[in-house]
Amino acid sequence: MSRAEAADAGATAAPAPAPAPAAARRWGLSLLLSEVTTTFRRWRTLALLGVLAAVPILIGIAVKIETGGDGGDGGHGGGGPAFISQVTNNGLFLVFTSLAATLPFFLPMAIGVIAGDSVAGEAGSGTLRYLLVAPAGRTRLLLAKYATTMAFCFAATLVVAVSALAVGALLFPLGEVTLISGTTIGFGEGLLRALAIAAVVALSLVGVAALGLFVSTLTTSGVAAMATTVGLLITVQILDQFPQLSAIQPYLFPHYWLSFADLLRDPVYWDQVLRNLGLQALYAAVFGSAAWARFTTKDITV
Amino acid sequence: MEEGRTGPKPWPGAAEGAPVVETRGLTKRFGAQLAVDGLDLVVPRGSVFGFLGPNGSGKTTTIRMLMGLIEPTSGTARVLGEEMPRGTRRVLPRVGALIEGPALYGFLSGRDNLMRFDAADPTADARTRRARVGHALDRVGLTSAAGKKARAYSLGMKQRLGLAAALLQPRELLVLDEPTNGLDPQGMREIRTLVRSLASEGTTVFLSSHLLDEIEQVCTHVAVMARGRLLTQGTVGELASSTRGRLAVTTPDTAEAVRVLKEHGVNDLAVLDDRVTGELPAGPATELADLNAALVRADVRVRAFGTERASLEDAFVALTGEGFDVAG
Repeated sequence: MSRAEAADAGATAAPAPAPAPAAARRWGLSLLLSEVTTTFRRWRTLALLGVLAAVPILIGIAVKIETGGDGGDGGHGGGGPAFISQVTNNGLFLVFTSLAATLPFFLPMAIGVIAGDSVAGEAGSGTLRYLLVAPAGRTRLLLAKYATTMAFCFAATLVVAVSALAVGALLFPLGEVTLISGTTIGFGEGLLRALAIAAVVALSLVGVAALGLFVSTLTTSGVAAMATTVGLLITVQILDQFPQLSAIQPYLFPHYWLSFADLLRDPVYWDQVLRNLGLQALYAAVFGSAAWARFTTKDITV
Repeated sequence: MEEGRTGPKPWPGAAEGAPVVETRGLTKRFGAQLAVDGLDLVVPRGSVFGFLGPNGSGKTTTIRMLMGLIEPTSGTARVLGEEMPRGTRRVLPRVGALIEGPALYGFLSGRDNLMRFDAADPTADARTRRARVGHALDRVGLTSAAGKKARAYSLGMKQRLGLAAALLQPRELLVLDEPTNGLDPQGMREIRTLVRSLASEGTTVFLSSHLLDEIEQVCTHVAVMARGRLLTQGTVGELASSTRGRLAVTTPDTAEAVRVLKEHGVNDLAVLDDRVTGELPAGPATELADLNAALVRADVRVRAFGTERASLEDAFVALTGEGFDVAG
């Protein structure tokens, strides 16, 4: 009797591996999609994006008030960011100003929160063990987590850029863009350059994202991982300020961040931009591998 | 089992009745502490296997090793014919698991929680996902609460949702770690019914618990762990019968009964009101009818006579020599 049942069980379960080839096409997609929607449905993610969207609004209003509400003369060059004096002439410059203002801290902090929580948060709440016995596969899950963090990098940058463009268009005139090198380009090309800058800014965050993911595999406390990642970011930003440390500074991930301004030259200076992207790729490779090595051998005891 | 390996079957020896779980010298050490010590466990296909032990006896660590969540320090664990954790990807889609209580995304609805866990399984078909999730919710009686955020669930509802996650696909093996934790008596009964019906469909159920009557009610086989070591394993009947029952005689003539029984080698005699109980002598089974005849010959008026069957609890206490809540 029990033998017959056992054979039955074998027969009914036998077709189970059959749909595998069909499922292979969706190998990464299902999990990635679930990962992205889960992350973006979190109240915390939306709050972070909300804060990022508020930054350009604050800068725009501050500039508007400071210049007496009239965009006539904007040529007062203070010690502020390079583009801020241009904002009153052209709202598009609010995009560059906002990205320059959020890139050193706001953006990487938001990434640090998302990346730091990605694995550690699930480990802490116990959902990680259920994903792993599903079985999500450790490498596959880590890739999905990293891809989702990258998606957040782009989303966060885009939120800043779009919010800045909207505020800029609302408060200031739009028009031809005078580049740093003095040449003038049309508004359409200016918009394209803004898009390219947003892309470079998003890619500048690849390094922090990988660092955060690695930290996230070290602990089962999401809060600890977030705090560590943000703490590391602040430390590295401070180290990048001391002239005495100039020997190591070219290897610090934020060192070339503000080089995105070189995309506003004619011709574009690619040197520092490429160095930035190369450095980010290096960080992604090193900390990505470290995260993989750690996560694939880790005992999941929570 | 050996001959099965040559066949093109998806898992070796399934039809031959190879064990669903088989461990050899499975050991896990956390620092200085030996959590699991040389475990040789065999879970037969088609059984409802009770995994018993006090809290902290290494049950959950064993389950985590079987599920590929932690790597053994030494020894091997084979699940559905493949060694873990190497076979994780091929084995786990055929295994449903509830490990150390449910863990859910509080900000997602019950249904979306299941959608997410199902999406994590690369063998799960996305086209049938909604239907399978609906079916699993129905099976654990959560359909009406499926749209509620999981953080608003009671512990019992969370437990049910965890069970539903284990039932998203037809499984060959269900691993349920303390599945009735936090459930009310009605919920416990429902879970037991569910376990029985799953078992009758041919699913092997591996059920860990510290509740003896739960194991006794639903399990066919049982293994007992204490302090990281396997004390015994076998069928529930074997384990219970390995502990000798006690003789119980109800009579108004207790003093005389005690004298006669003592003469016939019954030990540990105790008198409570009109009941005399005692341990039957070891060695060749004493013929109970002869004992009864001896009592009657000595003019002991016998109202009731018989042995009390040993419960699993007696067997457990005999094995571990301790109560259940004492950690090893």
